[in-house]
Amino acid sequence: MSNDTKYTITTDKLNLWYGDFQALINVTVNIADGIITGLIGPSGCGKTTLLRCFNRVNERYGNVTTTGEILINGKNIYDDDVSLPELRKAIGMVFQRPNPLPISVYENVVFGLRVHSRRKNIKKSEMDEVVEKSLREVFLWDDLKDKLDKKATGLQLEQQQKLCIARLLPLKPDIILMDEPCSALDSESTRAVEELMLTLAGKYTIVIVTHNMAQARRVSDECIFMLLGEIMEHTRTEEMFLTPKNPKTADYIEGRYG
Amino acid sequence: MGNRKQLEIITESAIEWLIRICGISAILFVFGIFFFVFREGAEFLFGGLDLWQFLTSPEWYPTSVSQKRYGVLALMAGTASVTLLSMAIAVPFGLGAAIYVSEFCGPKAKETFKIVIELLAAIPSVVWGFIGLTLMNELIITLFDAPIGLTVLNGGIILALMSVPIIVSIGEDALKAVPDSYREAAEALGSTRWQMIYRVLLPAAKNGLLAAVLLGVARAVGETMAVLMATGHAVKIPGSVLDSVRTLTATIAAELGEAPVASDHYQVLFIIGILLFTITFAVNLIADLVVKGIKEQ
Repeated sequence: MSNDTKYTITTDKLNLWYGDFQALINVTVNIADGIITGLIGPSGCGKTTLLRCFNRVNERYGNVTTTGEILINGKNIYDDDVSLPELRKAIGMVFQRPNPLPISVYENVVFGLRVHSRRKNIKKSEMDEVVEKSLREVFLWDDLKDKLDKKATGLQLEQQQKLCIARLLPLKPDIILMDEPCSALDSESTRAVEELMLTLAGKYTIVIVTHNMAQARRVSDECIFMLLGEIMEHTRTEEMFLTPKNPKTADYIEGRYG
Repeated sequence: MGNRKQLEIITESAIEWLIRICGISAILFVFGIFFFVFREGAEFLFGGLDLWQFLTSPEWYPTSVSQKRYGVLALMAGTASVTLLSMAIAVPFGLGAAIYVSEFCGPKAKETFKIVIELLAAIPSVVWGFIGLTLMNELIITLFDAPIGLTVLNGGIILALMSVPIIVSIGEDALKAVPDSYREAAEALGSTRWQMIYRVLLPAAKNGLLAAVLLGVARAVGETMAVLMATGHAVKIPGSVLDSVRTLTATIAAELGEAPVASDHYQVLFIIGILLFTITFAVNLIADLVVKGIKEQ
């Protein structure tokens, strides 16, 4: 990789323990700006843990210890002056199971604005505009424009997951983290969400954890292969799938273990 | 082998029947109690009692020699004032404690809290009444310079303390039932703990929380011993929280022993019982419907 690449996320000797169990070992990666990076590896290899470090949502579990650094746009997110709400405003996350909030579609989209706006009342017209723009960006506007008052938890799974992406957009995040965003969806919906990811790439830096090799190949520009908490290989996706350098990567990709 | 199978079939069906009888008995008891209370008061309820006057007159003179008057308005006002005051205290405290236990405290503190709250629920009501009669009484006299401390305020505080455990434990259940993915979603969007609680958790758990409050209300309306001891036993519509009152329940408890069986007075007390039954039944029914509302969502 050339030196003039801009990195949005860089980690330096990142170690993480859940109690006594070390889930990440000396992880040092540079994730480039504006592309889709895939995190792959067998179950329990730490890829979701790594992803959840980037917005520090890992810390919800309590007994987590971390050492090392994570720089996002050059700022160490473990510094004392980092505010978690601000961090998470800049870094959106999409979860494995679609988790829209049990409020209306409209309120789901503007939830971030309401939480982050210092003003008591945001203008209705302003919010309407944001809702339309965000839903258009995820190709939901035509389907949902008459259902904005419906409860979001009643939508189809695909729509729910797209809505979960849409509600990040009003906050204008730099990074979108996706934790196996399609594992709860059928193949049609998976294709639709993947297409959406491809249209979002470029505007946002996207990191996606996936179990699905084919998906990693289809959507990601670069791939990181992890095993037992360590980074094994990080290259361009086509290189990883055609000429893996590490024999363990090759074994995994070819399905010899998983 | 054959024998054993035979035995199993018999015990199995025997146990099934036993369990069925237990289940049915609960319904029988409820109807039985209602029937009995109704029967004792029915004669006077349908012949002789002026129902309108019964419900709207504050004059309760059941043992007057010249003119017996049976108006329960003052008693209802007593029950209502004590219940309202106790809920005004217990609801914020109870829901606050439920939120704290469910969202803010660690697993160890949570266990301790739950045990202590259950302990609070296990204190007999006569002990609460005792506290009202002695400690609270003196406290209110000293603090407010009142002639007597057995007042709405006293009863309200005692009842609040008695209702809080119910509100906390049912409220905590309601909050626990909210899927963790909602919390995670809200936090990942950058909401603070309080924003998450206020914007996501409370709306999601509102039915369960309402049910918790209504069960607290039912507890407060039906409580007898503690309010009998703490509210001063004066039949009047209270003008302030420092007035003494008497509740519907306390009236029954205090007078039933002295009313001649089958007299009008005796029957009126049973009619008050029907009234109480109706109030608590309505509150429980609302609570039930509200809880059912949660499941349908």
